[in-house]
Amino acid sequence: MALTDATDTGQNIPVQKPKRLFKNLASKIAAIPMVFTALVIFVGGTVWTIVYSFTSSGLLPRLKWVGLDQYERLWNSRKWLVSIENLAIYGICSLILTLVIGFTLAALLDRKVRGEGALRTIFLYPFALSFIVTGLIWQWILNPELGLQSVMRGIGWESFAFDPLNNSKLVMFGLLIAGLWQGTGLIMCIMLAGLRGIDEDIWKAARVDGIGTVKTYIRVIIPMMRPVFVTSLVLIGSGIVKLYDLVVAQTSGGPGLSSQVPAMYVMTSMFGGQNLGQGFAASTMMLVSVVIILVPWAILEFGGKKRG
Amino acid sequence: MTNSIEIKNLDLSFGAVKVLQDLNLNIGEGEFLVLLGSSGCGKSTLLNCIAGLLEVTDGQIFIKGKNVTWAEPSERGIGMVFQSYALYPQMTVKGNLSFGLKNARVPKDEIEKRVARAAEILQIEALLDRKPGALSGGQRQRVAIGRALVRDVDVFLFDEPLSNLDAKLRVDLRVELKRLHNQLQNTMVYVTHDQVEAMTLADRIAVMKGGKIMQLGTPDEIYNQPRNLYVADFIGSPSMNFLHGHLESGAFRVDDMVMPMVGYEFAAPQTADRPAVIGIRPEHVVTGELVKNAPLKFDAFVDLVEPMGSDTLVYAKLGQHSFRIRMDGQARVKEGETLEIGIDPSRASLFDRDTEDRL
Amino acid sequence: MANSDTMAAPAALAAGPRGPKPKRRMSRGNIMVYGTLLVFALYYALPLYVMIVTSLKGMPEIRLGNIFAPPMEVTFEPWVKAWSQACTGINCDGLSRGFSNSVRILIPSVIISVAVASVNGYALSMWKFKGSEVFFAILMIGAFIPYQIMLYPIVILLREAGLYGSLTGLVLVHVVFGMPINTLLFRNYFASIPEELFKAARVDGAGFWAIFFKIMLPMSLPIFVVSLIIQVTGIWNDFLFGASFTGPDLYPMTVQLNNIVNSVQGVKEYNVNMAATLLTGLVPLTIYFVSGKLFVRGIAAGAVKG
Repeated sequence: MALTDATDTGQNIPVQKPKRLFKNLASKIAAIPMVFTALVIFVGGTVWTIVYSFTSSGLLPRLKWVGLDQYERLWNSRKWLVSIENLAIYGICSLILTLVIGFTLAALLDRKVRGEGALRTIFLYPFALSFIVTGLIWQWILNPELGLQSVMRGIGWESFAFDPLNNSKLVMFGLLIAGLWQGTGLIMCIMLAGLRGIDEDIWKAARVDGIGTVKTYIRVIIPMMRPVFVTSLVLIGSGIVKLYDLVVAQTSGGPGLSSQVPAMYVMTSMFGGQNLGQGFAASTMMLVSVVIILVPWAILEFGGKKRG
Repeated sequence: MTNSIEIKNLDLSFGAVKVLQDLNLNIGEGEFLVLLGSSGCGKSTLLNCIAGLLEVTDGQIFIKGKNVTWAEPSERGIGMVFQSYALYPQMTVKGNLSFGLKNARVPKDEIEKRVARAAEILQIEALLDRKPGALSGGQRQRVAIGRALVRDVDVFLFDEPLSNLDAKLRVDLRVELKRLHNQLQNTMVYVTHDQVEAMTLADRIAVMKGGKIMQLGTPDEIYNQPRNLYVADFIGSPSMNFLHGHLESGAFRVDDMVMPMVGYEFAAPQTADRPAVIGIRPEHVVTGELVKNAPLKFDAFVDLVEPMGSDTLVYAKLGQHSFRIRMDGQARVKEGETLEIGIDPSRASLFDRDTEDRL
Repeated sequence: MANSDTMAAPAALAAGPRGPKPKRRMSRGNIMVYGTLLVFALYYALPLYVMIVTSLKGMPEIRLGNIFAPPMEVTFEPWVKAWSQACTGINCDGLSRGFSNSVRILIPSVIISVAVASVNGYALSMWKFKGSEVFFAILMIGAFIPYQIMLYPIVILLREAGLYGSLTGLVLVHVVFGMPINTLLFRNYFASIPEELFKAARVDGAGFWAIFFKIMLPMSLPIFVVSLIIQVTGIWNDFLFGASFTGPDLYPMTVQLNNIVNSVQGVKEYNVNMAATLLTGLVPLTIYFVSGKLFVRGIAAGAVKG
């Protein structure tokens, strides 16, 4: 690369094709941190954990093969099953509600309302806050003695009962309220960008054809926004699998086991329970679930591009 | 004429796609060569290879006798002007002009001298302290040309430099470019898809298609003696009329029309009969008084008339074939009329229907 | 819903023109639109309001009830206590320790990760080499993999390097996990810069670093700000890495906050808790309200294309 500074004298001009390895050398050197991260941390780390999930590692990792034992134990553990069930409830509700609320808000804001900027600021600010802060805020608002329930009772609605955080059947919905509060603004923002990307003429054409507003959204606009929906789905989906901080802050997994989630199971097995093998097996299962979400998306996204 | 640029057996492929194939081209010292073709023909790719911005798969490139196939762009002794001007937005005009010289560690007073000279030639002295954002399209393109000028090189490469300008400015800058070439007398390689630019500017034109040069010749040769059907069809607007028929003992026959090719210069003596295509430019068809002197006369049925001011384009039927005729702007022709037309076979082009090459 | 309708309609009538052309009249559809928006605005805005008022009340007033009521007597004592005296169960020096830790983590992490990501994005968009796209793809997939699966191997790597439990180690972890999204951001930005500009610079004899520093950097200030916003909020809000890779002395603010609020010892002081929560949220909130459009642009750019 010393050649770059040579002037037009031409003394340094190579006559031979340069060696492969040294071609674009500066770029390759600059990319070393990226290559290290991709190969060592992301690929290496993932493979390492998967490999050790087939061992009996306890306090320390060791290569003593036990086949599928860890997975058998995992799927026989009540805590894990509860975690999966909780995540499924939270995940399905969160996915549907985030999409519905996100799209509705975006569509409403897109109708040239006054104060759009202020409303958007209000809808999105929770996204700037951490899950810890979110969890603590809602822990306070849902506090049965002093929070929302007591206010409603205070204004005369004596029988009002809403105490999800201390009710094992409702606790996931308590988390859901907080999760939606934090995350729907992002989806709204993405949806709004998608709506703004739609040609104004589509609306004119729909009006000329006499199609109603709601019908236009359902029949014309939403199908046109397929890629935006797919991206939102992937974002929401991968966020759900990672659900952890919120639970730690808001309920610490309780009452009892009733708000345990897989990520928490991993963390307690790995750092608290001195049960590394379980942690590795559980995190591998988390990876599997992400793969189940990602592979169809990748096929839709990148399989489609090849045809186009 | 010595060669300024020599390109030998150039190959370039991206994966399985061959963009340039076994391409050979010699460009003379001081020559203005235009690479002409529709998008995807490989003309810009070829220019980028000459500039060293694309790595060739095989073959060699010489500039002024030096093998520069593997040299960095800045080592090749070239200057380049781009379609989008590609001015550095955060630098002033002066900064743009001197950036390359600073990189080459040219002494400061020499930089000043060269920038001043380029600014004078291009009449942009008043703009030197402005940023590109504050310039008009035409001014920006002048600065872009200036950036090539200050490099004091013998070879200028232009990649569709006028395509982003509006029609009127394009004509003005085209004239200026020609004047600049006359003044500087350096080698210019110019890529465009605009045949008017090609015809007006070029000493020679290379018409490209599919990574190959279809014809290399002077604008006159390209226009009057297209070497194959593609070139014939590509050059000229409105494009050439083509009739598919047979060449039989020196006469072209289509349906019941016979056109003896009197005065036509065949590329090679024609012995056998063969399926052929005749190409007649709309502007080479004569009407009215002139028909009397034409070697061949036909009746055409007027289908549609497009008056364009300077001339009139008539869409007619010759037998069952559609046929365009370019007439004077004052011509009064009505749709539905029968029009007597005259054709001169010596100005027509004949092609083999299978090989598509000129006969 | 019914409430907000009746609230919105007279307001609009009062504001509407009284001239002969009553065009601005609130239609039924408009009432629906504004009503729904108002209800949601309350859902999003009230928690912040509740936090603020709670943090300004004394404990006796809180016990009286109504979290929505404004404070009768404003006190800043909870804020002082949250900052310097609140207990985590291990120590009792409040959030200030977490704050300074967070700052010490934040600054190097943000600088290094933005620098690395910008160079990555530049190399990936303008100086592609054989395999560069593959590494990028792995990086992008890595962004979706649950962090938990890579956590323990990183612990081992850091331990081997003698960095486990240190701030340097945590900084490295933040750099690694901030890389995918920010690299994507810079790559997309640089890819949108006309290729001809890059070519012109090469003809002008500029190499890899010269083009980066002299041509690209001055052009990409907005994207640097976007990346900065993403990194500052992301790293400030992190809990998982902070809790996994540091010890109690070096816990970042989020971990400290959680330990204070969810500490089982002593009487719950809700006003102090809310003040602490607000304090922790203050940095990202300030960035959000100050940066406005750039924040939106950042998440939209990162999300829609990712």
